[in-house]
Amino acid sequence: MKSDIVLLGHGSGGKLSHQLLDEIIIPTLSGISQKNQNDAAVLPFSGDRLAFTTDSYVVDPIFFPGGNIGDLAINGTVNDLVMSGARPLAISVGLILEEGLPMADLRLIVESMHKAALQANVSIVTGDTKVVSRGAADKIFINTSGIGVFEHSLRIEGSLAAPGDKIIINGTIGDHGIAILASREGLELGVDILSDSAPLNGLVLDAIEKFGDKIHALRDPTRGGVATTLKEIALQSGVDIDLEETALPVREAVDGACSILGLDPLYVANEGKVLLVVDQGVAEDIVHLLRQHPQGREAAIIGEVRNPEKTTGRVALRTSIGGRRIVDMLSGEQLPRIC
Amino acid sequence: MKYSTEFRDPRVAAGFLHIIRSLSERLEKSISLMEVCGTHTMAIYRHGIRPLLPDPVRLTSGPGCPVCVTPVEFVDKAVALARLPEVIVTTFGDMMRVPGSSSSLLREKACGADVRIVYSPLDAVAIAEKNPRNQIVFLGVGFETTAPTVAASILDAAKREVNNFFVLCAHKTMPQAMSALTSDPDLKIDGYLCPAHVSTIIGADAYLPLATARNIPCVITGFEPVDILQGIAMLVGQIVAGEARVENQYSRFVRPAGNPQALKILDQVFGPCDARWRGLGVIPGSGLIIREKFSRFDIEKRLDIKTEVPHEPPGCRCGEILMGKITPLDCPLFGTACTPEEPVGACMVSSEGVCSAAYKYGETSRS
Repeated sequence: MKSDIVLLGHGSGGKLSHQLLDEIIIPTLSGISQKNQNDAAVLPFSGDRLAFTTDSYVVDPIFFPGGNIGDLAINGTVNDLVMSGARPLAISVGLILEEGLPMADLRLIVESMHKAALQANVSIVTGDTKVVSRGAADKIFINTSGIGVFEHSLRIEGSLAAPGDKIIINGTIGDHGIAILASREGLELGVDILSDSAPLNGLVLDAIEKFGDKIHALRDPTRGGVATTLKEIALQSGVDIDLEETALPVREAVDGACSILGLDPLYVANEGKVLLVVDQGVAEDIVHLLRQHPQGREAAIIGEVRNPEKTTGRVALRTSIGGRRIVDMLSGEQLPRIC
Repeated sequence: MKYSTEFRDPRVAAGFLHIIRSLSERLEKSISLMEVCGTHTMAIYRHGIRPLLPDPVRLTSGPGCPVCVTPVEFVDKAVALARLPEVIVTTFGDMMRVPGSSSSLLREKACGADVRIVYSPLDAVAIAEKNPRNQIVFLGVGFETTAPTVAASILDAAKREVNNFFVLCAHKTMPQAMSALTSDPDLKIDGYLCPAHVSTIIGADAYLPLATARNIPCVITGFEPVDILQGIAMLVGQIVAGEARVENQYSRFVRPAGNPQALKILDQVFGPCDARWRGLGVIPGSGLIIREKFSRFDIEKRLDIKTEVPHEPPGCRCGEILMGKITPLDCPLFGTACTPEEPVGACMVSSEGVCSAAYKYGETSRS
């Protein structure tokens, strides 16, 4: 790693982040291989399994269209547990508050967290609160950790995508990142774009119950977007992935905003979306099931998994005019402090 | 008409590809069409257009990325300014990661300098108003699309008497550079896809001298995929017919005389000057300088900015890339020592840079 200081890009979720994790953090703390890195750790426990995950939230602004840092934190941790196929059981909340944060803001955030936990059917059982002097933090930072339990013995991991599998997403891409950016920069886009932050346990656990081992991998495309997430899965599974540009669900307003800002929706963060890598035989049925759920109304098959051609982990996109281009992982910092 | 869908319609695209293919059968030799607009560079890669074209028709990228053609010494000056405690440097995002001789704005920011990304120079004027004890310097990089907004911000600052707002000016203009490229004996440009946004300002007629004096077909083209394919079809058509005219494919936004209001503001604040283009050297009359009347907003008149002796990174071949003489894959640093995470030259940094586009959209390996 060339840089001798930490850069904002190291927190982007893309290549620089991976470098930081792979060169310093993971080798020192856990030694887990890239292949086995998933949204939550799955631990053997009393003959069964426990899922355990943690996330920190530094989103700016703390109130944005569609939510705030509080419900974002609860939904984010619920979703990370659900991506391994676990049912979320309990969450811890660590708050770091900047001196001067209005009490009214804190109340609103904490109330949202409570509501989000109720909606996700998860308990907030423990926590911690610290206050630092003005300037030592930015308004409020939140850490949430969560544990989940397994009601099946399925393995759902990023390394299990198989050639022939179809890739499904439950709805439109890019909403969260654009909502944050528009709000932060005061951009008047002429139409309201809301963050898609939502708990996905209902939708995902329902799909797992009905389709079991036909679901091979699940991941939520947060920082770095759909492109980065699929690239991670392709590398972990040693496969190639083909995407169909015309199949990607994108809100017109988000597409327009991305055009103006020079962003690509494939790289913009989502907070209420899940990528499902599933057996091709049941893909259409899963889409049908997802569309019955409020968070899955625009579910669609967006691509498929192939045998690797030359080197593995190649993600390619067939463009709307029939051209072809490679989709790489996000490299630097597209949008800072997005979650 | 919904531009984003109609102009990406695969059937219309297929139609233009068919025209390009049948026209290209009548070509006596391969032709090289150059685009000189960063947005075109990106769009061509993003929509996967090159592989769809028949062999005799080759697309090359020219110096259409304003960040990429900005000389290293400009970055060094920006870095020097950022290191001054009372200065707030404001810039478009792309300039942050461009490597200077020994540092970049991103690095300076990480080390504590006040460097802020803005989406508009008017935001920089607002920052100046809010911070009366600081000097706010906006990095004026960009072609004729951007320069009018910078001119407007100078006029705005003048009107509101915001006297702590400054511009470090490196604006450039396109037509002279395009003309300079055609006189390079090593380059054989058979036609120009003219920049879309720049042309909305300068107008289609701005290319008439180029087309007539240099005998080069020029087609102003939009940047949706169907626009680009139609533009290519029109160029190939001219070449087959032995013509050299200015045609306007982007007529929905580009008028013959351009945008007179923007041109007026531009002329009010800026005058032409000679400018150094990375890779191309000095091109007479291709730059913009703040006029005497507004020179109090020119940071170089206010401060003597001391920088180290500028040097290009060893092995960097951005200059040849910018002239279209080599492609990214021809550069030994591409994808190895020079990547988006650790860029050596500007072409890999800028969101409109050729190498950045090539890397991002798939041409990473030689295999």
